[in-house]
Amino acid sequence: MTSPLLDIRNISKAFGAIKASEDVSLTLMKGEIHALIGPNGAGKSTLIKQIAGNLNPDSGSIWFDGRDVTALDTVARARAGLGRTFQISSLAMEMSVLQNAVLGALGKRGQVMRFFRDVMRDAALLEVAHAALAEVGLANVAGTRVADLSHGQRRQLEVAVALTQSPKAFLMDEPMAGLGGEGTARLTPFLDRLRHRAPILLVEHDMDAVFALADRISVLVYGRIIATGTPDMIRQNPDVRAAYLGDEALT
Amino acid sequence: MSLILFIEQMLNGVQFGVMLFLMAAGLTLIFGVMGLINLAHGSLYMIGAFAAAWVAGMTGSFLLALIASLAAAAAAGALIELTVIRRLYDRDHLDQVLATFALILIFSEGTRWVFGSFPLFLEIPPYLSGPVTLPGGIDYPLYRLAIIGVGLLVAAGLFALIARTRIGIQIRAGEADREMIAALGVNISALYTLVFALGAALAGLAGALVGAIQSVQIGMGEPVLILAFVVIVIGGIGSIKGALVGAILVGLTDTLGRVLLPVFFAQFMTPQAANSVGSSLASMSIYILMAGVLVMRPSGLFGKA
Amino acid sequence: MRREPLLNAAVFLGLLAVVLWAQAMDEPFTITLATRVAILALAGVGLNLALGLGGLVSLGHAVFFGIGGYAMGILASHAQSYSPLIEWPMLIEGTKSMPVIWLVAMGASGLAALGIGALSLRTSGVYFIMITLAFGQMFYYFAISWPAYGGEDGLSIYVRNGFAGLNTLDPIQFFAICYVILGLALWLFSRLSRSAFGLALGAARQNGERVMAVGIAPYRLRLVAFGLSGVITGLAGALFADLNRFVSPTMFSWQTSGEIMVFVILGGVARLFGPVIGAAVFILLEHVLGGLSDFWHIYLGAVLLGVVLFARGGIIGLISGREVRHD
Repeated sequence: MTSPLLDIRNISKAFGAIKASEDVSLTLMKGEIHALIGPNGAGKSTLIKQIAGNLNPDSGSIWFDGRDVTALDTVARARAGLGRTFQISSLAMEMSVLQNAVLGALGKRGQVMRFFRDVMRDAALLEVAHAALAEVGLANVAGTRVADLSHGQRRQLEVAVALTQSPKAFLMDEPMAGLGGEGTARLTPFLDRLRHRAPILLVEHDMDAVFALADRISVLVYGRIIATGTPDMIRQNPDVRAAYLGDEALT
Repeated sequence: MSLILFIEQMLNGVQFGVMLFLMAAGLTLIFGVMGLINLAHGSLYMIGAFAAAWVAGMTGSFLLALIASLAAAAAAGALIELTVIRRLYDRDHLDQVLATFALILIFSEGTRWVFGSFPLFLEIPPYLSGPVTLPGGIDYPLYRLAIIGVGLLVAAGLFALIARTRIGIQIRAGEADREMIAALGVNISALYTLVFALGAALAGLAGALVGAIQSVQIGMGEPVLILAFVVIVIGGIGSIKGALVGAILVGLTDTLGRVLLPVFFAQFMTPQAANSVGSSLASMSIYILMAGVLVMRPSGLFGKA
Repeated sequence: MRREPLLNAAVFLGLLAVVLWAQAMDEPFTITLATRVAILALAGVGLNLALGLGGLVSLGHAVFFGIGGYAMGILASHAQSYSPLIEWPMLIEGTKSMPVIWLVAMGASGLAALGIGALSLRTSGVYFIMITLAFGQMFYYFAISWPAYGGEDGLSIYVRNGFAGLNTLDPIQFFAICYVILGLALWLFSRLSRSAFGLALGAARQNGERVMAVGIAPYRLRLVAFGLSGVITGLAGALFADLNRFVSPTMFSWQTSGEIMVFVILGGVARLFGPVIGAAVFILLEHVLGGLSDFWHIYLGAVLLGVVLFARGGIIGLISGREVRHD
């Protein structure tokens, strides 16, 4: 049995009396899409923050690529290969699409403290940046200011920047948010192909996408994982139905 | 150094601290509720002092002078809030800094235009002058004691306002979530103007009270403003309690530092060298204190981390 | 052709043209004014690096201006009185050689910037603004209370310092030195803003989270930017003290910090030539308005307020619009 790429072991985090995460464990295996769902207020964002390194868990540990990364901050985890997209697009708004992508490539390459050469003429960085933009379909707007992009295009750029990192795993926080039918229809097969490059821990509300894409689903309610399994198992799990999906069956 | 001298200096430090509190409380309230950094606060302090000196000169009444300082500073505060400040709430800190710096220029030169470059004098009224004998046989100026008293009263009043009145609740709610209270129907504009004017009044009062011990002159407010910033950094932004604790700490550190450091250095230096090294270091002591607090608690002692 | 580079070239050459004209018309005072513009612009270029590129609202940048000035003052005063600075553990004598003074000024202000930056950059937002202001004040009071170098009265240096091969007392030759240094600083700024460092720093200014997510630590970027910024402003301080042959604690004051920031904003923050245009306009206003009214600061305040509220991009913004993205 291969070891998981991302192994979250018994994470707990409390804010005063509120237990945002209670003994949460989940794994992400190579080549899979593992979706994390749960009603609002379940503690998904707190969990994401702990996985990404923005918050320290009170107890438990997080292992990535065979290393204990619990003590590492976001920058260190990014360098270790954890790619990330944000629920609310987090981009350098005044810069162009291409500049954001080059920034990603630069972060991957390192050697940021270069002062004299024009970074936007760096062939190696440009190659990585252009490739990522082409993959998500943003090649034709490379020169556009991010602030002038549509919402959907910004979501695409989020993914493109994550691609420039060539990460070992993706942590995606609601990539479909606000995308609408057409955008979702394009992103879904994209993520489907992406899993083979690096597995994805996918937090999503869009149930159609989740059930279409996920190899495994974990359900988070009030800070606890109440079920983990294949989409079919989750669909039929009575606790999940009661807590989240309601009694209407989702096909 | 005698115990009497030490206690005297400690009281001076508390008095200094209490005045800083009046400045810092206004600043921290304005920042906590409106998210605005206000460099013009020093100008409001100056306006209070000038108003007091002018009214005292005209009427001979110190009480009227104090009332004038409160009124003038509050009015000036309300005026700039309505015309300039409210355009800045949504802007970034750089814009707020620049705009309020512009206000300093306008106020300073404007005051110089009206009153001339020479300092005005505000006299301690006869019923507050002279020393008072404290338990232990220490003679201490009555006026300075009165300042301490006023300052502590104001502190108590502020705490009561924030903790127990409707305005106080609105202020606390505004500090926690600005958008929410607007959604709840609180009249934000009026609240903001009120908070700004209140902060301004406190600054003006401080200016007037201090104006009687030091002189009333252009530019008197900015050094105090910067010290108030130090107080807020130490105490934590948005916390009135932090402002009080920070202010007393800063006041004591500065005053006692000036007295104790030369004495300390005199142990192993010539008196002349000790004096110069001591007073140079004393002038830096507050900032060293600030740096120290920052290293340990980057959000200040009582700040929201 | 795009407007901004044209404007920049026009301003840079224009400054030189004014000086050449003044030389021809035998108006040394104008040359001195132009030299002031160049030096203050240099100080502004330093600040612009931290403020414009880095987004660091440093309200105490006069610290570095003052350190540079006092580096010059201390070295030159020891040289002119033929007394060494210290004799133990090694003999350090004063000097009146400009290049040496510049190196010391830059080194000292750079170190101070790293120190202040290391402490202040752990905070952000308003805290950072207040802390930098406070450190400025600290140096100001220290300079006032330290008697060895003039205290509140300041320190006079009788003869301008020397630069091999030039007569530095000749206004146009001293201007030439400052002009070349300004040119170099502008070139450096331009290279920095296009570099990998500049890209990351600018992105950190706009969105720190984004930069961290690609594995870059904003703190280190900002510290380096702040350090470099201090070095440049420190050099300007040394030149300023040389121009006036006088150093005083005022070089550390909050008013000076404010003025440097005003030039940068007036000209256009983050724009390459913002500080140059801003300094030129400021000196012009000081000269023209100051001649008309003793209270010209009121007008300066009004202009500044107007720029902040209505013309955010400063003069360059008004003339050449939003910065053109280069890719």
